[in-house]
This record gives sequence, structure tokens and C-alpha cells, in this order.
Amino acid sequence: MQRRHLLKLLPLCAAATPWMAWANDEAPDALVKRVSTDVLNTFKADPSLANDMGRIMGIVDSKLMPHVNFNRMTASAVGRHWRQATPEQQAQLQEGFKALLVRTYSGALTEVKNLTVVFKPLRAQATDTEVVVRSEVRGRGEPIQLDYRLEKTPQGWKIYDLNVLGVWLVETYRGQFAQEITAKGIDGLITTLRNRSAGRPG
Amino acid sequence: MTQQNTISFLAQRWMALVAGVLALMLAGCASGPTAVPHDPLEPLNRGIYGFNEKVDAMVLKPVATVYRDVTPDPVRTGVHNFFSNLKDLWSSINAVAQLRPQEAVENFMRFNVNTVFGLGGLLDLASEMNIPRTELDFGQTLGRWGVPAGPYLVLPLFGPSSGRDLLGTSIEAKGDLTQGLDSVSQRNALQALRAVEKRANLLRATDLLGDISLDPYSFTRDVYLQRRQSQIQDLIDQGIGLPERAAHTDTETNN
Repeated sequence: MQRRHLLKLLPLCAAATPWMAWANDEAPDALVKRVSTDVLNTFKADPSLANDMGRIMGIVDSKLMPHVNFNRMTASAVGRHWRQATPEQQAQLQEGFKALLVRTYSGALTEVKNLTVVFKPLRAQATDTEVVVRSEVRGRGEPIQLDYRLEKTPQGWKIYDLNVLGVWLVETYRGQFAQEITAKGIDGLITTLRNRSAGRPG
Repeated sequence: MTQQNTISFLAQRWMALVAGVLALMLAGCASGPTAVPHDPLEPLNRGIYGFNEKVDAMVLKPVATVYRDVTPDPVRTGVHNFFSNLKDLWSSINAVAQLRPQEAVENFMRFNVNTVFGLGGLLDLASEMNIPRTELDFGQTLGRWGVPAGPYLVLPLFGPSSGRDLLGTSIEAKGDLTQGLDSVSQRNALQALRAVEKRANLLRATDLLGDISLDPYSFTRDVYLQRRQSQIQDLIDQGIGLPERAAHTDTETNN
């Protein structure tokens, strides 16, 4: 009798554990491939999305952003001033940068129709904790290079930098943030980011 | 001297000339704690950038917007194909100069197919046939042969450039096929059309620029320099090309 109960529980356990194991063991290129295919298919299925920035941002926010390590991205972009910022300022910087990034990535997606994404073979050792996943977005015209830097965390692989057409985002924003902090301080940067995501001139 | 030494030598002389002329504009030189090492002419560049923005807002952007809104899509596609076709020939020549036979053959095939069967380039049959296009310009060719980028420049009307890329575009202008036209007004009309067409393609991107950058000038500069550097780095990674004399240092630090 007890064994039969146990046996009935087994499918439930079997259903649960692969999902949890999957979150931790998914290879970085498989993760990026799955997520970006998901986002792209959502776009292809609904062409009316192309001009709706609000909805685009919602999709990117819910499908892509959970796999991004904001803390590291923001800290890296803010640079040496990060340590001088209070925890509250750090949180605000993170929120502001996230809004800006979602806007950037979504803006890039409005540019392209009839896309396919091709992933290049992952060049990494099994023991690497930081990898670069390379892909190409192909549509009409020359393919667009799109690379991701990922790090291994206990919650799975997380993206911490993005490269479009040979330009790494964190490096570009590092310059932008440094300029803003020099001119207006950390609070000035926070205000500018907040104004940007509200659509007001910074 | 070997071929590549001659090219480097001449390019170095050019770079010195450019640097010398620009250094004379001392008022444009940046100094102090906010100076950016790869943009020594920042104040001058910002001034020209501001000028370009005004001209763009008053003339080029409105014309490009009208062009985009009024011109039927097939006509726009035809115009785009025509100018892309001219670029493909140039890319093929640059591929030869960069010792990349595969890209040279591909781009030359593109040019042939589109010119002969595509009504002089109006139809892009080569893309239908999946012949890959690789856009190569002479600035990249110079970079491939080890010519350093030189100072970042914002050119009046033409926008972001560098010492090396200015040399590249100057030489390309000489080889431009539109120079083959006899009538000056025809040449000017064609070049104006090319500028408008290019601007129309970038309308959405430039609108986006205002949203995603905190300072459009430095954003444009950093994106431009990174992109050019990565194009040449790609060649080096593939084993083609000489690294720049002034090595690009990876400035990423993890805090």
C-alpha cells in the first residue's frame, strides 16, 4: 500500500526535479539560445509589437531580464564610484540602468524584421565560470553580431554584458556614467537615469 | 621597403600631417582632468558635432523624412540596391587589399550579378542567391595593415571619423564610380540622393540615440571607436592583419 503511494508521488518528484536541476545545469549557450529564441518568436508571432515600446519593454523585462546579473552590470558601468555610493544609491542606480537597458535592447528589436539567430560554437572549458556566447542576427543585409558575457552563479548562468555590432554595452555606458558623475555626482546620475526612463530629457 | 612597410610609412606621414594641422588649432585641444586620451580634440569635435546636428535638424533630417514617407517602397529599395551595389565593388577591392580572397570573390560576384542581371544594380539578385556581402572600406584596410587610428574626428557633415578613416574616405572619394559621370549637376544630384538615402535608413537609429545615451556626442564617439576597433580585431583574431602599433588596452575592470 505504502509503496503504491510512493509510486504515485514519483511522477510529481520527477516533474519537479528536472526543472530545478535544469535551472542550475543549463549550459550558457543553451540558456541564451532558449531565451533569445523565445523573445524573437514572441516578436514574430505579433508584428504589431514592433511599434509598441511599452509592450516590448514588458516582454524583455519578463523574459530576458531574470537571466541578467544587474548588480554586476551596474557596478561595472559605474566603475570606481560604486564603492562610494550608499546601498540606497546603488539600488537606485541599478533600477535606472535596468530601465535604460531594457529601452536599448527593445529599441534594437524594433529595427529588425524576418530575423533568424545563428549561434556560433561555444569556445569554453567545462570548468570556466565566465564565458562569451556569440551569435549572429541575420535578416536582410549584413548579419548583426550579438554576443553575451555570462557568469556562473548558484542560480544558473547570468548575463552581465552585451555586445551589439562589436560594441560592449558596459564599456560604452562606463564612459557615459563617468562623464555624468563627474559633472553632477552620483545623485545627478540617478536623476538623469530616472528622467530618461520617464521619457523626459535627462 | 616591403609593400606593407611602404603603406605604413606613407600612412604614418599622413597621420603626422593630419595631427600637425589639427594641433595648430590649439583652441580645440582638450586638457585637464576631463580630457579623454583617445579624443584629444574633444572641444573642437563637440563644436563640429553641434554644427552637424543643426544642419541635420534643419536640412537633412526633414528631407530624409519626406523621402522615407513619400517614396514608394520599391523605389526606395531600388535606390538602396543601386548604392549598395557600388559599395560591393569597393568592398571587393578592399578585400583584395586585405588579402581576403573569399570576401573578394563573393563581393565581386555580387557586383557582377546585380549589375548585369539586376538592371545596373537596381535589383538585388545576389542576396536572393544568398551570396554573402561583407562591407569593407579603405579605413579598415589601413587598420588591417597596422595603421593606428589616430585622433577621433568629427567631420563637418560627414560625422564620426578618425585620422585613419579620413584618409580612407578621401581615397575612396577618388575611386567613386559616380565620378565617372560627366555632368556636374548629375554627379551632385546622385551624391545628394545617396546622402538622403543613407540618412533615411538611420532615422530610427538616431531617434533611439536620444533615448539611450546620456551624452549623444560621447556615446556616438565611443560606439564608433569600439566598432571600428572590433572590426579590425576580428581580422587579427582570424589570423589576418597586423595589430595596431598603439595597442588597444582593455579598460574593463571588475569592481
